[in-house]
Amino acid sequence: MSEILVVVDHAEGVVKKPTYEMLTLAARIGDPSAVFIGPKDKGAEVADAVKKYGAGKVYVVDDEALKGYLVAPKAEALQQLVEKTSPGAVLIASSAEGKEIAGRLAIKTDSGLITDAVDVEEGPVTTQSVFAGNYTVKAKVTKGTPIITVKPNSAAPVEAAGAGEVEEVAVTISDAAKGAQIVNSQPRKATGRPELTEAAIVVSGGRGTGGKFEPVEDLADALGAAVGASRAAVDSGWKPHSYQIGQTGKTVSPQLYIAAGISGAIQHRAGMQTSKTIVAVNKDDEAPIFELVDFGVVGDLHTVLPAVTEEVKQRKG
Amino acid sequence: MKIAVCVKYVPDATGDRHFEDDKTVDRVGVDGLLSELDEYAVEQALQIKEKAENPDDVEVTALCVGPEKAVDAVRKALQMGADKGVHVVDDAIAGSDAIATSLVLAKAVEKDSYDLVMCGMASTDGSMSVVPAMLAERLSLPQLTLASKVETQGDQVRIQRDGDVATEVVGGTMPMVISVTDQSGEARYPSFKGIMAAKKKPLETLSLSDLGVDAGDVGLSVAWTSVEDTTARPPREAGEIVKDEDGTGAKALAEFLASRKFI
Repeated sequence: MSEILVVVDHAEGVVKKPTYEMLTLAARIGDPSAVFIGPKDKGAEVADAVKKYGAGKVYVVDDEALKGYLVAPKAEALQQLVEKTSPGAVLIASSAEGKEIAGRLAIKTDSGLITDAVDVEEGPVTTQSVFAGNYTVKAKVTKGTPIITVKPNSAAPVEAAGAGEVEEVAVTISDAAKGAQIVNSQPRKATGRPELTEAAIVVSGGRGTGGKFEPVEDLADALGAAVGASRAAVDSGWKPHSYQIGQTGKTVSPQLYIAAGISGAIQHRAGMQTSKTIVAVNKDDEAPIFELVDFGVVGDLHTVLPAVTEEVKQRKG
Repeated sequence: MKIAVCVKYVPDATGDRHFEDDKTVDRVGVDGLLSELDEYAVEQALQIKEKAENPDDVEVTALCVGPEKAVDAVRKALQMGADKGVHVVDDAIAGSDAIATSLVLAKAVEKDSYDLVMCGMASTDGSMSVVPAMLAERLSLPQLTLASKVETQGDQVRIQRDGDVATEVVGGTMPMVISVTDQSGEARYPSFKGIMAAKKKPLETLSLSDLGVDAGDVGLSVAWTSVEDTTARPPREAGEIVKDEDGTGAKALAEFLASRKFI
């Protein structure tokens, strides 16, 4: 079987869940290897984590130029690794940066690109959800090395022992790749809640909150959920853009999605329509969100949500 | 300074979007319009022009690759205030994937010497969000992408990029490719004056041969990806909807969550 490169999704060397999901998908179509682009001294730690999910090799790529510049150097590093290993496919997390790296890598390696896959099977044949979740598309790459970006929650990670053999890879980064310099970086404050795109439950609030998000956040915390927001709530300045769910924000596909005070415009649906179970609380019984729900409550979120939170706390004891 | 803004003609997201028999997006049988997300790029280009010391020295060109109807997207950009339009239209382009689209756009950009190439963050149909990066790669230019703020000073550009883990300020020197998000600032509506003025603005139509692109390098038959199958999502079964009266709604919802084992 051919080697499948999985680019490790991590924060400062701490491996994130989508990495394990991609390794699981990679094992279906070949022999998974992990590519860790990050600080060398975290290599062993990362290898320990990814070998539990079947990574045979762990390529560690560390270069000064990979830190201070946007996208292009990482694409160059991956190109060199693709040339060295001739893999059967490259899987990259479908984040904003992941997709851009994939786009450059596809052009560099004369390869076809598929973005936002929600499943990968033998072939490799990918599944994507398009047009605001109204269509499912199966596709495959027909030229070069299939470059596939994979959405979080696309597979349940399956543990499998891999060798986790570490190999440090030296790369050469051209000056041309250093044209977009990161001048300043302000890390986001940790919320203590699960990450929006990875969470099993998401509770989100919209215009109907009137800017008062406590009922949404309290319910989220009682359920161990992530907090999201509609574009209306973000545009009103109630929540930062990183909370936004919808066409121009994040796409989530949790087990349970609770929309509070969100009418459900097509742009919002694009970001949540593939959720397994959908619940809405809205004062307006004609809100389009009710067309999508498994369960809906016509009522004021400011009274309904706190009461549900109480119920949840009691039942959870 | 010369700015090219890439604008895409997309099926209206509120209309009935679907696939054709050859599994490509139906771009003709459905009402289309300028992709909303590209309006933000037009807006930022116009703001750079207006803030320039001498706005007349800045020329904004709306650049579009798409079928004949797609000229509507160019017109909208002209109505908003772009100075001229370029529309690349050729039957051979139909069915092109992002790889081929970026090739045609790159050739059209190379035809003129632009200082900035500006794009929206994604299209509202394919929404792959990769064309700006591919374009930068093909043109060997730096990319300052997903900007929520754009500032220029001479040939220097700084953008703010709101990532998942950090907010970054990224800087570079023109020429470059910029993409902007919907957070960059509301796009203007064309004024009546703008609509009238747009009718007199130059609009050039180019074919692939005008750009020196081999028709065999674009289109559905040579796409580097192929769609095997498209399936419409089955409609969701109608859910249960209750009216909240004196706290009954919360109880019913908690019951529902418990029945699905969420609590």
